[in-house]
Amino acid sequence: MVQILTAAVSLGLLWAIITTGVYITYRILTIADLTVEGSVVTGAAIAAITITRGINPYVSIGLAFLGGVGAGLITGLLHTQLKIPSLLSGILTMIALYSINLRIMGRANISLLQVNTVYTVFEQMGLRSTVSVIILGIIFVGCLIGILYWFFGTEIGCAIRATGNNPQMVRAQGINTNTTIMLGLMISNGLVATGGALIAQSQRFADIQMGIGSIVIGLASVIIGEVLFGRRHFASRLLSLVSGAIVYRVIIAMVLKLGMPANDLKLFTAITVAIALSLPVFRSYLKPIKKSMKWSN
Amino acid sequence: MLSVKRVTKIFNAGTINKKIALHDVSFKLDEGDFATMIGSNGSGKSTLLNCIAGVYQVDRGLITIDGMDMTRLSEYRRAAKLGRVFQDPMMGTASDMEIEENLALALRRGQRRSLSWGITHKEREYYRELLKKLGLGLENRLNIKVGLLSGGQRQALTLLMATLKKPKLLLLDEHAAALDPRTAKKVLELTDRIVEEGNLTTLMVTHNMRDAINHGNRLLMMYEGQIILDIREKEKQKLTVEDLLARFESASGREFAEDRALLS
Repeated sequence: MVQILTAAVSLGLLWAIITTGVYITYRILTIADLTVEGSVVTGAAIAAITITRGINPYVSIGLAFLGGVGAGLITGLLHTQLKIPSLLSGILTMIALYSINLRIMGRANISLLQVNTVYTVFEQMGLRSTVSVIILGIIFVGCLIGILYWFFGTEIGCAIRATGNNPQMVRAQGINTNTTIMLGLMISNGLVATGGALIAQSQRFADIQMGIGSIVIGLASVIIGEVLFGRRHFASRLLSLVSGAIVYRVIIAMVLKLGMPANDLKLFTAITVAIALSLPVFRSYLKPIKKSMKWSN
Repeated sequence: MLSVKRVTKIFNAGTINKKIALHDVSFKLDEGDFATMIGSNGSGKSTLLNCIAGVYQVDRGLITIDGMDMTRLSEYRRAAKLGRVFQDPMMGTASDMEIEENLALALRRGQRRSLSWGITHKEREYYRELLKKLGLGLENRLNIKVGLLSGGQRQALTLLMATLKKPKLLLLDEHAAALDPRTAKKVLELTDRIVEEGNLTTLMVTHNMRDAINHGNRLLMMYEGQIILDIREKEKQKLTVEDLLARFESASGREFAEDRALLS
């Protein structure tokens, strides 16, 4: 049981990075960005291929980040310059990335069993592999939260936050919303790809299919975090994302342990997210009288 | 200051719904002018304002501010010279962000955004003083989300934001129309005060004849995409609603049948 839990926590920490990326598009920019499904794999693919070619695994993480940034840039250009709706822009990039990822990897699956990964340093100190993942995960996530907290407090970061909130007002303040949307998409997908690279190294393979459902898992984690830990201050929101990602993994580990077939996982996740997203509707059913009596526009 | 020269804007050109919203409109505002603009629904007032602000690109014509050609500039580039308040109180502020965050965005209007902090400590004091002058008790609530404010409070805040960095031209698009009469009156009083203190060149669109008469030093009236009246200074001071209706009828050859404008 303890082993299952630590495995879930380690995976959750890595997924927290992807969750943060999803949060940036879904909550901050209010765009449901499906590029994620492809950029997770892009990150994994870049890390796998560069590591097997002898490049330092830490450098490979950086390259993966840049790959994700590129994917986000494509979606951003499709959406802001060619005026394709954001959802469709994401889908187009996602589909295109499937081929691109195969080109990067050269085949559908790359094993990382025989090479050093970012976790090797810790394993050489005698730590078990899940513990190594947890340690590195905490370091990564900790830095990430610090950087994002700083970034979204800067002038550019504030402009990105405001863009998702009221683009009209942002333009009236002299800010190019096309730029802020593209920046948000690039940062988001960069993080997602970083997560993909770290996950590939922890599971010791990269697979062309590993991105399927990642947007939904990311959303599930965002929502679980919000439900459990509220949506107050920005710093606590970032922490809630991490907690949400971990709790999601623990829940999944539990239901699997209770005997749910692994094949039903995606269905389970989709239903969970659908219920969570529709909560406001159910809430409004619960107190219709109170609302109708209050004068409002 | 502002010069609008032979501006034409056509919506849905080439379709059965073609509408000439602005038809060869020309006018000028001098430095320090406070012009009110009145007209019935669909007369083109808001379209004109939006063309000046760059929300719409004009089909023909020239728009300059201080001699600088703005005609083809995108909305966000023109923002450096413009302060804007909208009819919808939700439009002018970011509701999920704090009061001080909104003010900080506005203080940097038209500037390149950098990676330095979005708000500095020095600014906060400045904001507190300015909010105190509004007299809405917002000076101690810098950190609450703007979404929690009432419509009137939001319009007052938007007005403050629009003028925080002195604009070359202040554009007010029926900014009191969505408020209840008492709040509307307060917001208009505040408008007068801010315009006067900053000696701001202002163009204020309104539906309300009495407001159009009582504010500013000039009155422009629009009808079917054209400016049909331009009443100035002394003449405007003596103007009454009856005069205005009579002038409208002789200028347009029609009876003024817009009850919303008659309400005051």
